[in-house]
Amino acid sequence: MSAEAIQSRRDWLLSERPASRMQARLGRTYVAWRRFSANRLAFLGLLIIIALLVVAALADVLAPYSPTVGDLKGSRLLAPSAAHWFGTDDLGRDILSRVIFGSRWTLYVVILVAIIAAPIGLLVGTVAGYAGGWVDAILMRITDIFLAFPKLILALAFVAALGPGIENAVLAIAITSWPPYARIARAETLTVRNSDYIKAVQLMGASPFRIVLRHIMPLCISSLIIRVTLDMAGIILTAAGLGFLGLGAQPPLPEWGAMIASGRRFVLDQWWVAGAPGFAILIVSLGFNLLGDGLRDALDPRSGDQ
Amino acid sequence: MNAALSIDGLEVVFDRFRALKGVSLEVKSGESFGLVGESGSGKSTLLRAIAGLAPAASGTIAVNGKSLGARRDKAFYREVQMVFQDPYGSLHPRQTVDRLLQEPLAIHGFADGEKRIQRALDEVGLGTGFRFRYSHQLSGGQRQRVAIARALILEPSILLLDEPTSALDASVQAEVLNLLEEIRRRRKLTFLMVSHDLAIITHMCERLMVMQNGEAVENLTAAQLVGHRATKDYTRNLLRASDGFVRTA
Repeated sequence: MSAEAIQSRRDWLLSERPASRMQARLGRTYVAWRRFSANRLAFLGLLIIIALLVVAALADVLAPYSPTVGDLKGSRLLAPSAAHWFGTDDLGRDILSRVIFGSRWTLYVVILVAIIAAPIGLLVGTVAGYAGGWVDAILMRITDIFLAFPKLILALAFVAALGPGIENAVLAIAITSWPPYARIARAETLTVRNSDYIKAVQLMGASPFRIVLRHIMPLCISSLIIRVTLDMAGIILTAAGLGFLGLGAQPPLPEWGAMIASGRRFVLDQWWVAGAPGFAILIVSLGFNLLGDGLRDALDPRSGDQ
Repeated sequence: MNAALSIDGLEVVFDRFRALKGVSLEVKSGESFGLVGESGSGKSTLLRAIAGLAPAASGTIAVNGKSLGARRDKAFYREVQMVFQDPYGSLHPRQTVDRLLQEPLAIHGFADGEKRIQRALDEVGLGTGFRFRYSHQLSGGQRQRVAIARALILEPSILLLDEPTSALDASVQAEVLNLLEEIRRRRKLTFLMVSHDLAIITHMCERLMVMQNGEAVENLTAAQLVGHRATKDYTRNLLRASDGFVRTA
């Protein structure tokens, strides 16, 4: 593509007089993207997350060995080498392969928690904030109760009741992580519910349901996305913690937290068994944190154009 | 005489504060009626009470002879619309002009949305170039035109104007006022307009009501106001204050 073609495409995106709905939306996305990609660290975070997605998608191709079947006779607890880049664990399994397959479980947990917790929080918060009165009081007291429980302890109790397993760990984490989202959504709702543009929609005869869904939620979503992204690292750590305690993923599932737990018995002599998954958790958590910080700058409705 | 809007003994109470103390008012169909008074005199509250945005504690409001209940129905919103004071706060920050204008049409189930949006934008003097802009891409005057287009798109017969030009600078003020005048003449609308600028009220309105502390002080015609033939002391003071401002300016 020539320089002029790129320039004209940019002009089209940044046009002050968009000619169609699509152009207006694309232009807005482009502005947010430019603000985001100007931040080097945030861009690094995005690259880490993209790398995680690619690794998870291509795990079958990338992993040199099976993640669950090891060679008990010949390759127990080998140090990192050309044949086994991250070494092998006590059952003779290649740790690199396990870390690569573990990325799937990490993504699984993170995405499921986000899909369950964020909409619950958004719904509870916006409804409470917009309705006010006793609806607000009841919903927020329920939120307070959930907030008062220590997160890991509630997750523990939940897993203890339903039985260990990665699905139950996901449910337990989701149930304990929606209250902060509800609070954010409620706070955002309170700042806009009395504004003239919401009054104007009321004056058109819009139902409260429509106002919350189409006019208030879009305003809350960007701060919620930021918060969820920043929480991802915490979610990964909680999932790893549950795995470490033996209440999350069960063996032989290559989940990073469970891998650290099994490696802790020989952490002094064979450090790589616990070290590799630990390092993977560190990198991915860092990636989500950097991404979240960058999104805050790019999406914050209070910066730049309103 | 057919009254487009008649209000009788309207009271509005916010947490024991009586914002309106039994105000009565009658606006004829096709008339432009002004409400003047200092800040906090209850003129904006009166508009909001009519629109259903402020709770009426007692008294009655009737639109085109039909008495209103505590809840407004959809038919009401097709008769009465409002233009807000601050054009920077009355447009949704995340919606394009197109989306803003589509919303009332979607709520009321109009099928010919495309045509109506086009017509509404033409009517307020904004061409197609403005249709897909976000509100932050518009100037104050353009925003207020969009707000007027939004109020007109449901084809109401009564327009409530809450200081529609006080947030705009003088030259834009005149443009917007002329636009409103022109639309009223063409569509035979009834205006109820709040302002603290007596010059605007005398220019726009045939009759007006002076308010103070949530009460009606007196009803005047625009001619009486221009001729300084007010009967109450408060109105005379208001006129004097307004004259004084003109002289120093």
